[in-house]
Amino acid sequence: MNGRRLMLAHFYVAFAAFAVGTIFGLLQTLSRASAITLGGFFDYYKLLTAHGVLLAIVFTTFFIAGISTYAVYDSMPVKSRSTNVGWIAWWVMTIGTVMAAVTILAGNASVLYTFYAPLKASPTFYIGATLLIVGSWIVFFDFLLHAKAWRVTHRGERLPLPAFMATVNFLMWFLATLGVAVEMLYLIPWSLGWTQGVDVAMTRMYFWYFGHPLVYFWILGAYLAWYGMVPKMLKVPVFSDALTRVAFIGFLLLSLPVGIHHQFSDPGIAGQWKLLQTFLTLLVVVPSLMTAYALFATFEESAFAKGQRGFVNIVKSLPWNDASFTGIVLAMILFIFGGFGGIVNASYSIDRVVHNTMWVVGHFHITVGGPVALTFLAISYRLIPALTGRALWSENWAKAQVWLWFIGMSVMSLAMHIQGLLGAPRRVSDIAYYGSSEAAAWHPWALLTAGGGIVLMLSVVAFVVNIIGTLRNDERVGSETLFAETRANEAPPPMGLDRLKFWTVVAVALVIIAYAGPVMEHYQQHIYLAPGMRTW
Amino acid sequence: MHVHRYERLWIWIGTITMMVFFAVLLVVSFGQGLAAPNHVQTIDPAKISSTPPFDHPGLRKLSDGTYEAYYVGQVFSWNPQSITVPVGSTVHFYVTASDVVHGFLLPGTDVNLEVMPGWVSTATQHFDTPGEYLIVCNQYCGAGHQNMFAKVEVK
Repeated sequence: MNGRRLMLAHFYVAFAAFAVGTIFGLLQTLSRASAITLGGFFDYYKLLTAHGVLLAIVFTTFFIAGISTYAVYDSMPVKSRSTNVGWIAWWVMTIGTVMAAVTILAGNASVLYTFYAPLKASPTFYIGATLLIVGSWIVFFDFLLHAKAWRVTHRGERLPLPAFMATVNFLMWFLATLGVAVEMLYLIPWSLGWTQGVDVAMTRMYFWYFGHPLVYFWILGAYLAWYGMVPKMLKVPVFSDALTRVAFIGFLLLSLPVGIHHQFSDPGIAGQWKLLQTFLTLLVVVPSLMTAYALFATFEESAFAKGQRGFVNIVKSLPWNDASFTGIVLAMILFIFGGFGGIVNASYSIDRVVHNTMWVVGHFHITVGGPVALTFLAISYRLIPALTGRALWSENWAKAQVWLWFIGMSVMSLAMHIQGLLGAPRRVSDIAYYGSSEAAAWHPWALLTAGGGIVLMLSVVAFVVNIIGTLRNDERVGSETLFAETRANEAPPPMGLDRLKFWTVVAVALVIIAYAGPVMEHYQQHIYLAPGMRTW
Repeated sequence: MHVHRYERLWIWIGTITMMVFFAVLLVVSFGQGLAAPNHVQTIDPAKISSTPPFDHPGLRKLSDGTYEAYYVGQVFSWNPQSITVPVGSTVHFYVTASDVVHGFLLPGTDVNLEVMPGWVSTATQHFDTPGEYLIVCNQYCGAGHQNMFAKVEVK
């Protein structure tokens, strides 16, 4: 397989962003617990911006680019295709990341990862972020070119399942990032001083049109491992090729027309549009439950193959000595609670209690920080050896790492959720409010949050040590594919599932249904442009 | 496409659960007055200080037990800083911002708003329990964000 170095290059940027970003996260938990005071270079809001951008955007996007490139190249072997387009993508993404990161660390973009206008960052922040996104489009373009080259010798065949999953995820990502690209067309000229003001409400609508599918981009990156690689660890075939494709098409359609559920508390969007998008949001229950079914059926099938019956015996028969497998199962457990919380957030009648409180922070740490990040870390123990040919340095460190992550994230996220229910706001450096008695109730939970953060940091150290140890390990391993076979006797999935152009049209139609109303209503108002300012 | 009997059942359970969630939401929206926030009203952020009633932010009595409270957020404070209402009052909050986006949260109540320059956000709260209620800014607005709060006294 070509492109090993390219995939590794994506993973290295992801890991570097992960190591730096998590240190900042720990410092924030300590600041809110009143254990330390952040100032000077270590300004709280600067580090919070860096934490969000490095972990939620850089770590995830590079990792998913790496694992998806692996899925596409590995499942569609093409003799001697150049990796130049893939490398151009990596360079554009990396240059953009460095531009944005330097701007943030210089203190010129303390606008948090949502960069809500009219907070006005330096232009290099917006331009860097745009390059990162454009680079990710080139990754998608590379997949399409690769599929075209593969089709020369595989005319009329359907995309292999790993390539299908990766391609659908990047198709969804492309449609989603068009929103943030349009937002940048407002923000870049404005930050350069070429325009006088910005339409605050529209920039938020564009941001959240992108911001929700962003979370599905993360989770589908993890699903690539769950659907495609977990069965291989258990030595069974993929549960169902067809149902996997159905679930991915479901996520493609249902992740885009729902961004307004992040804006329930916003003025300028009437209640009926919020109701409409709430309904569309809840539909995602169906592909989510299909995923849960397929994965638990896979566990059961592997136990049956070993002659085990009954819940306890099935659980016992699973390979708990395998750090990758254990990490992914723990990730799935975290996601169950993430799903419960998500239903609360999606229901505007209860969202008003938790909106912009620490509950939300607890929610996205038990989702992107739980199932997504833990899956990425756990599968790295397979990916890095497979791509370098070097054996994993220590399976025991890896096992300890995934358990520490699970424990730390459970504790931290629970404490964050409770703070939120007690009314503690998010995105605040210090929650004392000059001795307010109401705020005093939050402090013990802020301490527990910091405790969880410390356990997570131990897990990060164990991960980094193990990856460096692996890269320096002289013991060699083979590089068999990490993807499971599909079931030999499964009836072929309906061809319609592979008509991605058709599904793109359906996805866009749903977006129009969801957004035509609020956007038209917006432009019927008199819009006051905000000049913007730097308030940090 | 073959789908196992149990999986069909599971998908049906999921679909019905989802419908129940949505039905509950409709009931609380239209039956119990917990509809999605529905405020579409604009204001010129450059002229707040000359736009009534925001030119004089503060509390206004509509009738016994019913008040309107007009707030303006700017970095890093709320105006008014403090209001006092009797126990059992219903207060309609009208909030706007003059500079950047702020958040208007009364912990322990249903008042939780994004506040944007150019727009007026609204919420209503019935205060049954005496005490001092904190209003915090819960949307990041800059270096002094953690100092941006106000109070509602209920007695």
